[in-house]
Amino acid sequence: MTNSFIHPSLILIFGAFILPFIREPFRKLYLTMVPSLALLAVVFINMNPGVHGVVSFMGGDWTLTFGRVDSLSIIFGFIMALMAVIGTFYGLHVKDNWQHIAAWFYVSGSLGAIYCGDYLVLFLFWEMMAFASTFLIWFNKEKGALAAGYRYLLVHTFGGVILLLGFVLRYQAVGDLSFVQLDEQNTHLYTWLIMAGLMLNAAVPPLHSWLPDAYSKATVTGAVFMCAFTTKTAIYTLARAFAGFDILIVLGVVMAVYGIVYALRENDIRRLLAWEIVSQVGYMVCGVGIGTALAINGTCAHAFAHILYKGLLFMAAGAVVHATGKTKFTELGGLYKKMPNTLFFMVIGGISVSAFPFFSGFVSKSMIISASFESHLLWVGFLLTLVSVGTFLVAGLRLPYLIFFGESRCSDETLAKAEDPPWNMHMAMLAAAFLCFFVGTYLPFLYNMLPNPEVTYNPYGGYHLSETFQIIAFTAIAFYFLKEKIGAKATISLDLDWFYRLGGRGFLWLAKNPIQWLDTMWGMAYRVVGLYTLMTTAKFWSWFDWHAIDGVVDGSARCVRAIGQRVTVVLQRGQIQQTIYISITFAAILLISFVWL
Amino acid sequence: MIVDLIDFLKKHQQAVQVYCIIAIAIMLVWSFLGVDTHHAHTWMEVHIPGFWSLFTLISCVVLIYFSRWLGKSGIETREDYYDK
Repeated sequence: MTNSFIHPSLILIFGAFILPFIREPFRKLYLTMVPSLALLAVVFINMNPGVHGVVSFMGGDWTLTFGRVDSLSIIFGFIMALMAVIGTFYGLHVKDNWQHIAAWFYVSGSLGAIYCGDYLVLFLFWEMMAFASTFLIWFNKEKGALAAGYRYLLVHTFGGVILLLGFVLRYQAVGDLSFVQLDEQNTHLYTWLIMAGLMLNAAVPPLHSWLPDAYSKATVTGAVFMCAFTTKTAIYTLARAFAGFDILIVLGVVMAVYGIVYALRENDIRRLLAWEIVSQVGYMVCGVGIGTALAINGTCAHAFAHILYKGLLFMAAGAVVHATGKTKFTELGGLYKKMPNTLFFMVIGGISVSAFPFFSGFVSKSMIISASFESHLLWVGFLLTLVSVGTFLVAGLRLPYLIFFGESRCSDETLAKAEDPPWNMHMAMLAAAFLCFFVGTYLPFLYNMLPNPEVTYNPYGGYHLSETFQIIAFTAIAFYFLKEKIGAKATISLDLDWFYRLGGRGFLWLAKNPIQWLDTMWGMAYRVVGLYTLMTTAKFWSWFDWHAIDGVVDGSARCVRAIGQRVTVVLQRGQIQQTIYISITFAAILLISFVWL
Repeated sequence: MIVDLIDFLKKHQQAVQVYCIIAIAIMLVWSFLGVDTHHAHTWMEVHIPGFWSLFTLISCVVLIYFSRWLGKSGIETREDYYDK
């Protein structure tokens, strides 16, 4: 390793190991310091682009690259580290050290995957992310979290194995493990396997069901981390290896529409936000698929903006869950008097995601839509604009309306418990809200970090503003008249996870019923047929042994005894002369035979 | 502060509605007359006045009714579906 390179993941991992030994009053300071140091390390290595942290082993035949710092990894590394600081601060009140440790390992997995240069290192950090984030679900004491954690882990293990299979096959074919752009004109099985492995983490349909399932069951602070890291790291890896793959355009649009349609029906706050992640990440997948310089810029900008406003939305939703313990619209409503600050932050997040002018979504989302129009993909541009409309409908209007306004569906207990969250949550939300505003107003902050600086883009043109104002105004009008159609309803919507959830149950049924039956039947058959046959055979052999074998043996014994008796009777009569006579005759015969023969 | 503002707006709901309508009307007039459609991507945007307003209304109706239809077609089910 070069001397100047300190991997930011190392700081977090090392910090996590020390954390259990730190006691109050230093603990809170320490919790703030470690991710801040990691952020500093990220800023420092971002200032020195190049390839760092190359480790050779097995006599130099193999190398691991831990620090590839280039225009693409710079922006992703920065936003991840920034979010780690905000997220940790949001969870400052959490006493359980293990939650912080899991979160830090999760972030270091993400940073490691972003700065890696080859598939081996990618895989190491990829699995670290999956494994560490599972604990953020398991630490939630809510009913169903344990099972959701197992499902999450199994799905991600499956994705990891596909990725492993892909890059091992690629290594066999081309003898190279470096993590670089793959060739769209010359695809092989391994290309698709690697893509599927990465797409699973980006929650691209049909590999997306784990996301709403897991994020709605994570701890309040865990969900804030999860909403930022897994999908956006996957977007980075897709942009790294699969920029310009046409199939991603189609999948991205499907994803964006799919997510928003489900979000419109959702009754659980955090599931709604999770569905909206699916939808927003759809824009990014689509941007990667378009693959032009503007589209890649748009993807990176949108990932950056998305992490901030989605973090803010999850923090505000988390504040509601933290205070009331309720996650369903049917158990909330009319809370604005109790939690006005939370409402404020949620609305900031909502208008950022809905691309209001002066907020982050406005300067990032439009870049992807513009790129699709410029690439003459009109259907993509129009469908993504339709999803923009849906996004405002869901996150900007439906979500705050059903929690804070309208009729109160709260129980007295919920109403009594509802209050604005602790100071640290306030500060974290304030920071994220400020950044949403800052990114949207001071363009160079975000635009100077983008990977293709030669492309210029100005979101504040008159035409784009007029388009946006029309969309906002008429979505609000439509919501005003149609809000009862998308009200709170105590239902869940079945999704593709049905197949593996009921598939698992089907397997259990199969094991319990037909397979158990077969086993019972086999046992019975064995008892009836097997044992009877065995006994009969045994009896036969016993008879055979008794009568035939023993008969032969006994018979020969009896025969020998009878002959012996006859011989005794004839030869040994007890008369000495006769015995001598017979003996001498016998000896004489022997002697004569010996001489003559 | 936030609560007071919301209560104030709720109390003067009628006035809020009127101001909103006026704001939307001004915005539409500006969109029709004052905006350079040079940056429009398609023919429709240039030649249909208030194209994005229409597009938005249609999008909302399509999304809301499509999701309702999808929900009713058997996707939507009781909350304890997976529990038993």
